[in-house]
Amino acid sequence: MNHTSPDTRHLSSVTGLPMAPLIVCSDIWKIYRLGEVKVEALRGINLSVESGESVAVMGASGSGKSTLMNILGCLDSPTRGGYELHGRDVSQVGADDLAEIRNQTIGFVFQNFNLIPRTSALENVQLPLLYRGASLRDQRASAAEALARVGLAGYERNFPSQLSGGQQQRVAIARALVSSPTILLADEPTGNLDSDSSRDIMEVLMTLNREDGLTLLVVTHEANIAAYTGRQLVMQDGRIVTDRVTAGRRGSIGMGEG
Amino acid sequence: MPAFLLLTLLTAFRVLNRNRLRAGLTMLGIIIGVGAVIAMVSIGEGAKAAVRAQIASLGTNMILILPGATSVGGVRGALGGAVTLTVADALELKKSVPVLVETGWAKRDVLQSVYGNRNWNGPVNGVSPGYLTIRGWEFVSGGPFTQMDLDQAASVALLGQTVVDNLFDPGEEPIGATIRIKHVPFRVVGVLVPKGQSPQGSDQDDVIFIPFTTAERKVFGTQFLGSVGALFASTVRAEDLPEAAEGIRRVLRARHRLQPDQPDDFTVRTQVDIGSVRQATGQTLTVMMFAVASISLLVGGIGIMNIMLVSVTERTREIGVRMAVGAKRRHILIQFLAEAMTLTLIGGLVGCLLGVVGAQVTTRLLGWPTIISVEALLVASLFSLVVGLFFGMYPANKAARLNPIDALRFE
Repeated sequence: MNHTSPDTRHLSSVTGLPMAPLIVCSDIWKIYRLGEVKVEALRGINLSVESGESVAVMGASGSGKSTLMNILGCLDSPTRGGYELHGRDVSQVGADDLAEIRNQTIGFVFQNFNLIPRTSALENVQLPLLYRGASLRDQRASAAEALARVGLAGYERNFPSQLSGGQQQRVAIARALVSSPTILLADEPTGNLDSDSSRDIMEVLMTLNREDGLTLLVVTHEANIAAYTGRQLVMQDGRIVTDRVTAGRRGSIGMGEG
Repeated sequence: MPAFLLLTLLTAFRVLNRNRLRAGLTMLGIIIGVGAVIAMVSIGEGAKAAVRAQIASLGTNMILILPGATSVGGVRGALGGAVTLTVADALELKKSVPVLVETGWAKRDVLQSVYGNRNWNGPVNGVSPGYLTIRGWEFVSGGPFTQMDLDQAASVALLGQTVVDNLFDPGEEPIGATIRIKHVPFRVVGVLVPKGQSPQGSDQDDVIFIPFTTAERKVFGTQFLGSVGALFASTVRAEDLPEAAEGIRRVLRARHRLQPDQPDDFTVRTQVDIGSVRQATGQTLTVMMFAVASISLLVGGIGIMNIMLVSVTERTREIGVRMAVGAKRRHILIQFLAEAMTLTLIGGLVGCLLGVVGAQVTTRLLGWPTIISVEALLVASLFSLVVGLFFGMYPANKAARLNPIDALRFE
């Protein structure tokens, strides 16, 4: 199931970018042991994602999509198989190195926002830069910029409890954005939002994908959310059973990369 | 890193401020422990200083040599009962023990003195001028008697403040007055500066000094001329005291022709010996105090550990988020250690304040002297930080070892 589309490879050689895809998974297995029982959450995942793609990962609960996202997001390591990110094998690196990779290359957006309570929006957005050792002034400037980017300029001092669900998720997106990652991982980003806010959030995510060339991976079980992305994966019993390119959206992603 | 530490500390303060009651109750153990230690150190230091002042009032670097106890047929008399020390011994000591800068001798009796229509019964000491120097007696008015007074057995007297108060009217000038001691007229030539209580608790100012020769020939009626009640000696430096004491023993044993198997017929005491009894008491107090402090800090520390474990559990999700955005283990560890140490440091500082106030109240209410020791305050603050580090380590480590996925999913 190696997915490399000819047009992106062509673009890469034109723009002088490295040829290797951003994400390459080769035969990834994840096996949990619950006492005597062995649970095979992932059974041989082969996947490759080019820089600038937008991918929806769909599937019923228990299909392994969350496990796959955890591994792709460097929150977890595969039991076996290789995971290359930016051409570097990260399948067996230690916890602190994974933290560093997450900090440098991956932005997370969660279903329940996961903002730190009673802490201002600005400080929530600063968080990734805090662990990078940036100066306080740089942290604040970048965080304010990221908030403005998601349309929340002027909400810097608000606590999460003073913001609507959609606004909280925007803060979370700003936090994911502030460290200039290459990948944005969104795990059911609209799961806790009404349909207006959902549309809103998806527009923000797709704009980042189009304009900044951010690679977007969205876990969802809603077809209308998946419809925003240029590629859809469907998982079942720990395997990818469908890998479909939505032709209409594909072109716009290529433009974003240029 | 500085920005990280700054924000971490800020977060720690904010978290504690949010749970003020909980933080306050948690700190209570540390506050009480540190407060008790500071108050007790202050009281202990005050008492020690008082004892030091008393010992210093004996004179500087003094050595006291008392005659041994008489032993007649196995029945022992009191220390100083035997007449084994003489003026000649004192003169020989000054010649043969080079570290001694001064020697003196004294003999005492309790006698009645009379002035006008008043009388007073108290100790009268026949002393050599050297004795006055060694004991560091100074004068409110007049001055000491001289070697010539000693040689001529002059009838001159120096009075302590207690004697002056009892024989003279307030404001009356004692210098030049003639008092009678056991019917012998003496001219008062000096009034002594008060010394207060001795380490044994007697009134050092209830005293009359007259020349030794005058005492033994005209007042005391000594059977054996030249025998003294006690010898006194002094050195320039306190470090020389042990060497001087050893020298004195050697010379006196030789002069008294004691065989190697015979015990000393005299006792040599230095100021160090006199102070050591009080110091032993002080040490017992110190040990007790540290036991109390250790227990309360232990209890306080366990309270800190408990509340930090609660905090880690409450904020598991937050820890997960921090890890997801790139916090390494040490970042999480430092954050929770900082919180624990902030908690204990504030507890320690409040405890210091409480201890200082406690010491002041003790001085006001009980009149005990107290000394606030800056060192104790510093050590107590530092120690409360160490308690935070020690008892915060386990919860912080627990937080740092969380798996980010489990932490993010924690409900």
